[in-house]
Amino acid sequence: MTAPPELLTPTSPAEAAAAFGDGAGVTVMGGGTILLPQLTYGKLRPTRVLMTGRAGLSGVDSSNGVVHIGAATPVGALDGAPEPLVTAAGHVADGEIRAVGTIAGNLCATAGASAPRGDLQAPLLALGARITSVGAGGEKTEDVETFLESGSGRLVLSIDVPSGQPFGYARLDRPHTHHYTMLAVTAVRGSDGVRVAASGVGDRSRRLTGVESALAGGASAADASAHAAEGLELPTDALASGWYREQMLPLLVQRALGQLG
Amino acid sequence: MPINLTVNGVEEEIRSDALTPLLRVLREELHITSPKAGCEQGGCGACTVLVDGEPRRSCLTPLISVEGAEVTTLEGLSDGVNLAPIQRAFYDLYAAQCGFCSPGMMMASTALLNGTPNASREQIMEALEGHICRCTGYVKIIAAVESVANGTAAANAASNGGPR
Repeated sequence: MTAPPELLTPTSPAEAAAAFGDGAGVTVMGGGTILLPQLTYGKLRPTRVLMTGRAGLSGVDSSNGVVHIGAATPVGALDGAPEPLVTAAGHVADGEIRAVGTIAGNLCATAGASAPRGDLQAPLLALGARITSVGAGGEKTEDVETFLESGSGRLVLSIDVPSGQPFGYARLDRPHTHHYTMLAVTAVRGSDGVRVAASGVGDRSRRLTGVESALAGGASAADASAHAAEGLELPTDALASGWYREQMLPLLVQRALGQLG
Repeated sequence: MPINLTVNGVEEEIRSDALTPLLRVLREELHITSPKAGCEQGGCGACTVLVDGEPRRSCLTPLISVEGAEVTTLEGLSDGVNLAPIQRAFYDLYAAQCGFCSPGMMMASTALLNGTPNASREQIMEALEGHICRCTGYVKIIAAVESVANGTAAANAASNGGPR
């Protein structure tokens, strides 16, 4: 039997940043809803685990048109955050899990073995969220797309989301006792044009750049939606086949764009 | 270093590692076996207990996160002689078949009814949405919880007899 991991339990954001350092060898645990089963099943044997639960990283407040969400805010406690983030959050697992799973955990989640995870990445991408994190090179704030592309390895402190942008949101759920969202599309009209992003389309959520550039070129929603799957390798998992996702994605794009008016 | 928590009103000093799931602490260290090890990844709801009154998947709850908390399992609902109303309703209305999901169902229902005594059918279904039952088809489970919420549970008990 291996030795249990060293536990880091910071009680302030500054302590959390110091304990995380450059992140080498540190596994971050928010609510534990993804990590704990991996520990239970022995799939993950971390040497050091940093718990964010008591680090003062939880809460939602807003100022100057931006909503500031602490990294350890539970997925079920996002009231006051911009839509469709709250609606999408309401479809993550069930109430017991939403009460402990955190927004930063969801942001950093890659797809599970049998179903997509990270349902909130697409709304955050479309809303133009900015992520403040610490790690190698110190603290930095970057847009969510850059953060996700770099593959994390950092400790998220907070997520800033502009409020008041018109949005559309359409999703496909698999009927079950849980909500499992197999595919969801968020469209947001920002100052720099319409951003469209989808979850359930791979290891993480993606911007649908083909749709965005078609819209920027004056295409109708229907014509733009034909570009939905461009550049994507749509996954086959326990919820749906890649083929089915490919058929449904343009439809969801049209629905989300339709809500933008 | 032991971690202290209260389980069904009894203060316990827990020796398990800090990241041990509460489920395993309850079952393997304290031998409290109503929380069931179903999927052990949050998908079935059979392990749900109350942590400071809130329903939590004990398989997803690291021991360290409940340090100092009050944990209630199904064993803590009854006084040892009389069944709690939710237990009586499950018995009277045949809401259990194999019984594996029943503890989680009853704990989630207890949390709901503690906060919302007259919960509607929709609220009951929402509270139980993450709880899987492979036998009953849910109809009798929801009917049992509803009978406690709308006050008809006592009448069912009177007509059925059964344990008190």
